[in-house]
Amino acid sequence: MLSAVELREAIAEHVRDGMTIALEGFTHLIPFAAGHELIRQGRRELTLVRMTPDLIYDQLIGMGCARKLIFSYGGNPGVGSLHRFRDAVEHGWPAPLEIVEHSHAGLANAYAAGAANLPFGVLRGYAGTDLVEHNDQVASIDCPFTGEQLSAVRAVRPDVSVIHAQQADRHGNVLLWGLAGVQKEAVLAAGAAIATVEEIVDELEPPPHSVILPAWTIAAVCHVPGGAHPSYAAGYSTRDNDFYSAWDEISRDRDRFGDWMREHVLEHEVPA
Amino acid sequence: MSATEAAVEISPEELMTINAARELRDGQVCLVGVGPPNAAANLARRLQAPGCVLVYESGAIGAQPVRLPLSIGDDDLAATALELVSVVEMFNFWIGGGRIDVGFLGAAQIDRHANLNTTTIGSYEQPKVRLPGAGGAPEIAACAKSVIVIVRHSPRTFVERLDFVTSLSHKRGHTVVITDLGMLRPGDDGELELVALHPGVAFDQVQEATGWELRVGADLSQTPPVTQRELDELRELRASARRG
Repeated sequence: MLSAVELREAIAEHVRDGMTIALEGFTHLIPFAAGHELIRQGRRELTLVRMTPDLIYDQLIGMGCARKLIFSYGGNPGVGSLHRFRDAVEHGWPAPLEIVEHSHAGLANAYAAGAANLPFGVLRGYAGTDLVEHNDQVASIDCPFTGEQLSAVRAVRPDVSVIHAQQADRHGNVLLWGLAGVQKEAVLAAGAAIATVEEIVDELEPPPHSVILPAWTIAAVCHVPGGAHPSYAAGYSTRDNDFYSAWDEISRDRDRFGDWMREHVLEHEVPA
Repeated sequence: MSATEAAVEISPEELMTINAARELRDGQVCLVGVGPPNAAANLARRLQAPGCVLVYESGAIGAQPVRLPLSIGDDDLAATALELVSVVEMFNFWIGGGRIDVGFLGAAQIDRHANLNTTTIGSYEQPKVRLPGAGGAPEIAACAKSVIVIVRHSPRTFVERLDFVTSLSHKRGHTVVITDLGMLRPGDDGELELVALHPGVAFDQVQEATGWELRVGADLSQTPPVTQRELDELRELRASARRG
């Protein structure tokens, strides 16, 4: 039977300074509450992996939790820049940030290779772009059957992956539906996985387009309603587009960002 | 001279979006990104291409959003989609597999061969401006059957040499570049040629906004003036996004 743990305990138990951590969710189901807990616990020197760093990694980077970022699109979707990410890359504030930069297809395949316990994934793409010369996790290979030149991406194996899902049952099986991103791949590629969920139910009734992660693939399930805000959980909430727009102003200035984080994250334990 | 027959004010972004929407045909499978492409594809569905299939890289296939989504992962896209797939499947089967007819791309810089930069202005190690990066663009450019690039015309954007090559131009040259001044397509050797001017725009203006000596196509035409209906539909779409 599941004993749902407090998010605070799950993060404290599984995440150490210096680890490689993936918080996944492609626009939908981004585990913001878990990211905020990482910030509150003052984790440092993390290697952060996410296809779209989004606001949550903007916050982790701005709060000095990250040493390195592995990513494929560092913007605020439909709004513009991630100002804390930019400040770190352009000015080294609050600390220099090493970046490993993929295309979406590249990083998605790196997760899939990790989940499959393969050393690399393979795809068309990257050829001729400058991404290749700045990323030693990408290499050119020849197809052994046709001779076609393809790109290999080294597998991503996070120490811990964190996801947010709609439901878990009392055995700890985790159900998510709607846009499913790369969460299944990120969980199966990781050494350990933490899931925050909107609701714990007696029995899962998977709707169409569902992903189920069996209890034995998840190290900790935490009951955190609203834990994806300002991202969303289909069936429970909608994307807070106003907040995504407002973040542009909040995050532009270092002091204003710091004030916001203090008020809404450091001194708060409920999802901001 | 106004760009519209009704002589109403029209923004550069509206002009580009409407001309991009005109490129889409009924039944085409269209990979849509954030910003003007999103508006253009949804506008086309309200005008000449109601059967245009919208695919969002977030995994929504056949989305029919009622309001204009802000991000490519809005709930409205998932709720109205024919199918939802994982991101790995989207890139491997649908984009990489060559099932996209038209892909939209934007850029901070474009060169004479329609290679694109969305990564950095300045050097990669010491960027003057750090841009969002590649996202799905390199694979869309490589694997879609054709590409529509939407970009404002300025000498800072149309550059002799890209600061960073994020996406290579379409390998078979099936590209159209739509700007606020006109339209460009690659010639036989892959170099962009100006093929159309928007109403009221002179060639000199385009040349001034281009960082290289611009080639002009054999039959330079003028894009049809924006109609009141196109403008009304676009503005209604944008208002729907704000209503949320």
